[in-house]
Amino acid sequence: MISVDDKLKEIGKYIPQPDDDMLVCRCEEVTKGEIRQAVHAGMFTIEEIRRFLRCGMGLCQGQTCGKLVKGIVARELKVSPAELEPAVSRAPMRPMEMEILGRDGGDK
Amino acid sequence: MKKAADVIIIGGGINGCAAAYYLAKRGVKDVIVLEAAKSIGHGGSSRNGGGVRQSGRDPRELPYAMYAVKHMWPTLSEELGVDVEYCQAGNLRLGKTEAHLEKLNRLAQNARNAGVDVRMIDAKEVKEINPYLSDEIIGASWCPTDGHANPMLTTLAYYKRAVELGVSFVKDAPVKAIQKVKGKARKVITADGTVFEGETMILAAGYESREIARTVGIDIPMTRYFEEALVTEMQPPMFDQMLGTADADFYGHQAKHGSFVFGSECGLEEAADMPLTDTRTSSLTMSAGCRAIMGYIPALKDAKIVRSWGGWLDMCIDEVPVISPVEEVPGLILACAFTGHGFGTAPSVGLMLSQMVVGEETVVDISALRYNRFKADR
Repeated sequence: MISVDDKLKEIGKYIPQPDDDMLVCRCEEVTKGEIRQAVHAGMFTIEEIRRFLRCGMGLCQGQTCGKLVKGIVARELKVSPAELEPAVSRAPMRPMEMEILGRDGGDK
Repeated sequence: MKKAADVIIIGGGINGCAAAYYLAKRGVKDVIVLEAAKSIGHGGSSRNGGGVRQSGRDPRELPYAMYAVKHMWPTLSEELGVDVEYCQAGNLRLGKTEAHLEKLNRLAQNARNAGVDVRMIDAKEVKEINPYLSDEIIGASWCPTDGHANPMLTTLAYYKRAVELGVSFVKDAPVKAIQKVKGKARKVITADGTVFEGETMILAAGYESREIARTVGIDIPMTRYFEEALVTEMQPPMFDQMLGTADADFYGHQAKHGSFVFGSECGLEEAADMPLTDTRTSSLTMSAGCRAIMGYIPALKDAKIVRSWGGWLDMCIDEVPVISPVEEVPGLILACAFTGHGFGTAPSVGLMLSQMVVGEETVVDISALRYNRFKADR
């Protein structure tokens, strides 16, 4: 059970950092500061952060920034990154053209 | 952790979060929202196509669907301080055969009777509205006041504003039972045995509401249904309308960031029986969806699919939700069985739930959605 009130009190107020404007998710252009602020707005899971900011939702599906985002969120929450559940991996494994994906023969 | 409040909301989806926000906005800030998952909006709220639609709705839902489109959606981003990507660019429902057009015409007639501007247009007009569509399309129904928004952002925006206004949220808190004290709904018990107490309770927990309502002797006749969606990589801006088909083989739109989001089916969904926690997509639906989409929007054949996802719908036996206080259990208000079209109406439903809590008349009459409308028909 996670009380949002208690957790927000525990992690304290959002304090800007000099590198907050650094791009973390290149596909969707999400900065470190945006991720940190989302945590302070009550988004504590990687799923919530993704849904709110779109980091990891672009072409590479988080293969580049996934670990970085996790590290930033964990530091902000004052927990170990191992305690955070990773975002769900979703099919297809690699981006695939509709014309090819549609050719599984299922309609025949 | 706070365990007693004036209002306990069971379910941190869009309806629960919106109700919490509208309560806090009017000054009722002693509110606890209990969410079963670790993430807010983890059920249907983040697993839907984002339609903000009046066309194709049951007449019992139309008054509050229209209220939301007229009075709430246009200013929602400004009100919540988050761009929820609301886009009111119309809904095209496409047809390729005479039988399709007949069906669309019937739906359009129903909508007009209920006061929604839906009209039939020919192939030429379809092309004028959307030049990317297939030449096989011979006509469509057109509702210019429909639109779409981003469901994940809208849900989290309500959540964020409610937190800022002082509402207490507890995540990873699945509710097992409601208990009455002196004939009134009073206690909410979670899976780990924690007891929360409140004067009023809103039960908005999707399909899981059924089990919880049963603990106070109320049964809502609903089933669950698995639906999937697929998402393309970013595309250049192409069109703003929401698309659907007479055949209902796919629906979708281009989101603000450029990806297309399409809901699709493979035809075997009725038999899906995985546990509710299993939302993995099937190996058939993505391919079936791609074929259906390319049949109507050939321009997208080279667009890459980057992601697919699935979720459970809470299907009511008569296909409209239950939104009402429960007479036998004073203090309990139900908001469930949204049947796969609860996103677009969430602002007005949240507002009306807040009105029910304080005992005010709702902005429109929704007595047709009462929990005790289900009668034996044999």
